[in-house]
Amino acid sequence: MQVPARFAYERADSVPHALQLLERYGPEARVVAGGHSLIPMMKLRLAQPEALIDINGLTELGQITVEGEELVIGALVRHAELLAHTIATDLFPIFRDAERVIADPIVRNRGTVGGSLCQADPSEDLSAVFSALRATAVIQAGGAPSRKVPIRAFHHGPYETAVEPGELLVQLRVPIRTGTGSAYEKVERRVGDWPVAAAGAVLRVVDGVIEQAGIGLTAVGAEHFCSPEAERYLEGRQPGEEAFAQAGRIAAEHCEPHADQRGPADYKRHLAAELTRRALAAAAERI
Amino acid sequence: MRITVSVNGQPYTRDVEPRLLLVHFLRDELGLTGTHWGCDTSNCGVCTVRLDGVPVKSCTVLAVMADGHEVTTVEGLERDGELDVVQKGFVECHGLQCGFCTPGMLLTARWLLERDPDPDEGTIREAISGQLCRCTGYENIVRSIRWAAEAQAQAQPQPQSQAQAHAPTDAEARQ
Ligand code: FES
Ligand code: FES
Repeated sequence: MQVPARFAYERADSVPHALQLLERYGPEARVVAGGHSLIPMMKLRLAQPEALIDINGLTELGQITVEGEELVIGALVRHAELLAHTIATDLFPIFRDAERVIADPIVRNRGTVGGSLCQADPSEDLSAVFSALRATAVIQAGGAPSRKVPIRAFHHGPYETAVEPGELLVQLRVPIRTGTGSAYEKVERRVGDWPVAAAGAVLRVVDGVIEQAGIGLTAVGAEHFCSPEAERYLEGRQPGEEAFAQAGRIAAEHCEPHADQRGPADYKRHLAAELTRRALAAAAERI
Repeated sequence: MRITVSVNGQPYTRDVEPRLLLVHFLRDELGLTGTHWGCDTSNCGVCTVRLDGVPVKSCTVLAVMADGHEVTTVEGLERDGELDVVQKGFVECHGLQCGFCTPGMLLTARWLLERDPDPDEGTIREAISGQLCRCTGYENIVRSIRWAAEAQAQAQPQPQSQAQAHAPTDAEARQ
């Protein structure tokens, strides 16, 4: 039987209250929402926070809205809610592709978008998705204005993010631009598993030329879950099979997969190339 | 910490440690052992219960998180001595062997039929993909849920079906 170590438990009833509690309990406090990353780690005693600040009651963080030219996703939005949100998934089908293969429907009912990003697992699907989309993370500290961090500067390494002690991730903001298509391709060992490798692609085409490309990669050791080299190669070119295949090769060259129980490094590198190519082709179809 | 959780419509107040998991609260504090406890790692789904209507894996939810909320367990499926249509489906189509996965399967099936009263095989398989069964090979579980969908449709031929009456509310969708 796996039992977490003892901790103090506090329920926040607003964002300022959550920030006050974080301040009061100091760096050994952790925020808990869906709990589907943190509670398993606590059960294995890999995490032993002194206090949990439960933010499940913060409905203000559970909304998905369009504000001007941005899709705004609250940190407490559940995976199942993002998957079911037709405005979000019609704007960015990459969300539908990815959310359908994140864990399983019951886990998706509970796990949150913000929690997945803050866990910062090197194989997290949503990290690649938001990186491909060039989203911005909005982080709130007590008594200070919120700050915005580009998602490509959000992850500092495995299990490390830009969110400092005493701060709370509150939103993800995704730029909405016309002429954009997006897709996500993942290979997993079995339904609901973490990816062996996965790639997301976002393409904006203007007058037949790729104006901007976003390539997100996960589980293959890509820095900041993206491939700027492959993006630069694509920008200014015409979309097409050859360009997509070359972008896949470039993306694969620049990642650093490690062998583990999900597969050897060469296989993951092969997948990085192939899944990037497929995601780009699927994204182009959707423009 | 003192919590009050409504389980199958009945409020229960208990003093619990914050680290107590919901599955153990139900089984050990309340004696509701219909909720099973298997992998303990949110993989197998045997611990699935409905929290404010939404199925969750109770081995990965703290009991204190259910304070002030409504939980439905497999014991709450039966109404006035009559089995729910999904339970009948599992009886009719031999949807269980050892029965270990069954409570979670039943609750997920119930939830599925409220959202989609006429699910095809693929939809059913996807809905139960967070639940492992080591016995049946899933075929009979899928058939049982299909049986329940058809039985439910026959019982309520009017457009104002039970499915609509039970459509998830905003509050449920929020969880
Ligand atoms: S015991 Fe909870 S998912 Fe297996
Ligand atoms: S009937 Fe035995 S595990 Fe499903």
